[in-house]
Amino acid sequence: MENFSAPIVHIKNLTKSYRRGGQIVSVLTDITFDIPSGEFIALMGPSGSGKSTLLNLIAGIDKPDSGTLKVGGIDIAILSEGDLADWRAANVGFIFQFYNLMPVLTAFENVELPLLLTQLSYKERRERVELALIMVGLSDRMEHYPSELSGGQQQRVAIARAFITDPVILVADEPTGDLDRTSAGEILAILDRLNSEMEKTIIMVTHDPHAAKTAHLIRYLEKGQLDVAD
Amino acid sequence: MTIPFSYIIRNLVTRKVTTLLTAGGMALVVFVFATVLMLEEGLRKTLVETGSPDNVVVTRRSAGTEIQSVISRDQAAIVENQPEVAYGASNMRLTSKETIVLISLTRRDSDKSSNVLIRGVGQTGILLRPQVKIINGRMFRPGLSEIIAGKSIADRYKGAGIGEKLRFGKREWTVVGIFDAGKTGFDSEIWGDVDQLMQAFRRSVYSSVILKMSDPAAFQKLKVRIEGDPRLTLEAKKESVFYAEQSQLLSNFIRYLGVALSSFFSVGAIIGAMITMYASVANRIMEIGTLRALGFRRKNNLSAFLTESLILGAAGGIVGLVLASFMQFFTISTMNWQSFSELAFGFTLNLSIIIKSFVFALIMGLIGGFLPAVQAAHLSIVDSLRAA
Ligand SMILES: Nc1ncnc2c1ncn2[C@@H]1O[C@H](COP(=O)(O)OP(=O)(O)OP(=O)(O)O)[C@@H](O)[C@H]1O
Ligand SMILES: [Mg+2]
Repeated sequence: MENFSAPIVHIKNLTKSYRRGGQIVSVLTDITFDIPSGEFIALMGPSGSGKSTLLNLIAGIDKPDSGTLKVGGIDIAILSEGDLADWRAANVGFIFQFYNLMPVLTAFENVELPLLLTQLSYKERRERVELALIMVGLSDRMEHYPSELSGGQQQRVAIARAFITDPVILVADEPTGDLDRTSAGEILAILDRLNSEMEKTIIMVTHDPHAAKTAHLIRYLEKGQLDVAD
Repeated sequence: MTIPFSYIIRNLVTRKVTTLLTAGGMALVVFVFATVLMLEEGLRKTLVETGSPDNVVVTRRSAGTEIQSVISRDQAAIVENQPEVAYGASNMRLTSKETIVLISLTRRDSDKSSNVLIRGVGQTGILLRPQVKIINGRMFRPGLSEIIAGKSIADRYKGAGIGEKLRFGKREWTVVGIFDAGKTGFDSEIWGDVDQLMQAFRRSVYSSVILKMSDPAAFQKLKVRIEGDPRLTLEAKKESVFYAEQSQLLSNFIRYLGVALSSFFSVGAIIGAMITMYASVANRIMEIGTLRALGFRRKNNLSAFLTESLILGAAGGIVGLVLASFMQFFTISTMNWQSFSELAFGFTLNLSIIIKSFVFALIMGLIGGFLPAVQAAHLSIVDSLRAA
């Protein structure tokens, strides 16, 4: 399902370094690549190669040192912190390796959380959340707390939370890294459906070649550089 | 919208023990704080209510208290004949020449003794104090060695109960009545016939003269005349002011002690709240970062943690105030250094004390939670997500 219109992510000569104990560590040296809208891309590479760093930049939770970083046509590198927060709330869905659910909130409330930043009424929020939880197969677990759910179920709640606001892109950092093969398969199937049926652009960092196969495109990151896979 | 309130409350509920200990610490401080204010208020109320605003107390100039005051019979006669004095039934002038004697009585519950104030009054003395009511027995008769005792004295001192006898001034006195003076200072006094007492103690002078004014607005005129009369060297004060001034020293002492005590303890409670809140932030770094990634702002995290510690403070405030309110059932008796005699008073809770104590509790919560909340707000998203 290729889409050759304007890319949803446009990156050119992007660099990023971190300061650690007075020393500057260069993580991304010169990244240039585009992600077409509706793509499902897997980012692979050795540990420490900068995969998470690149993902964080695209998701607007970190700032590049230099280069161009446009998502959905917006130069997110120059947005103020507040504008960036609003932009993330509207445009990005996050999926983390360790689910990052709020332990004191139920599955329902965790999924509802991003909607609290919108103007939706409680009734509208309720309808949306129930639909999302049905989609990830957890309609009978709405009132359960994360501690009462398996890892795979928690990740499904997290996915529901990620797409509840109908964002343009989903970023997933090792979404199956903490799961067994069966649960991982279920998660990947849901991501695949989100991509093919709801046309979400998905950027997934993974170490698992099996997971990467679900994606339509694999990119390798090594020593701060991107290589196209064969 | 912001971070939901249920998220904040449930985080507190989840850490039951820490929450209870932290709020409990603040509750104790609020208890001390409120109790001291209640004590001060109780004392103030007791002494202020002892005096009526239309009564005037005349004492020797710069005597300060009735005990140190001396008024000769001639001077007393001049004072009694002032035109502002009110008339009671059968054209009786409402004045009372009084004498004050301190005697030592032994407590019923221990062998310790304390000074008790004996007031010699005329038959009008009781008419001038409508708050004083005989609740048991009868009024003493003039010309006899009879006395009546305030309720709090009768309860606490040997020989002061109805029908009992006390020895002082080389005579035996029979307690023929018990009076209830409400929560006023008179409740801690014994009254007898002024002439009998002066005879027994071989006194020729009075301590004070009490007048009831027919028109309280005329007080200033009366005061100027009495204080300007070269024969008198006396001063006149409204009775309510007179007693309020007597409580000043003790009241200040209670207040300073209370403020010192509660500030000292509050440092401990604030540090406790701070430790709790720092731990709360440290345990939720991943959640803080996740909320920010989802689009919540720094200020949302700041206010969530501040709210959390304010709730701790509020809980402490409520519990502390509930505990303190039970103190209203207790009466304290202590030496009033200005009159050198026993004074019984209670703990009085009022709206102003409730508000002050609650605000104090909230301030403790706010100070305790401030730095941790700022820390939570300052974390960068990437750092907090990496900390998970
Ligand atoms: N906030 C930070 N402060 C300092 N150094 C950082 C920070 N974030 C990342 N780094 C460093 O940048 C490099 C790349 O980190 P990154 O997390 O992007 O790697 P990764 O490819 O995701 O690795 P992994 O597969 O282990 O998750 C590492 O050397 C890391 O230590
Ligand atoms: Mg990583």
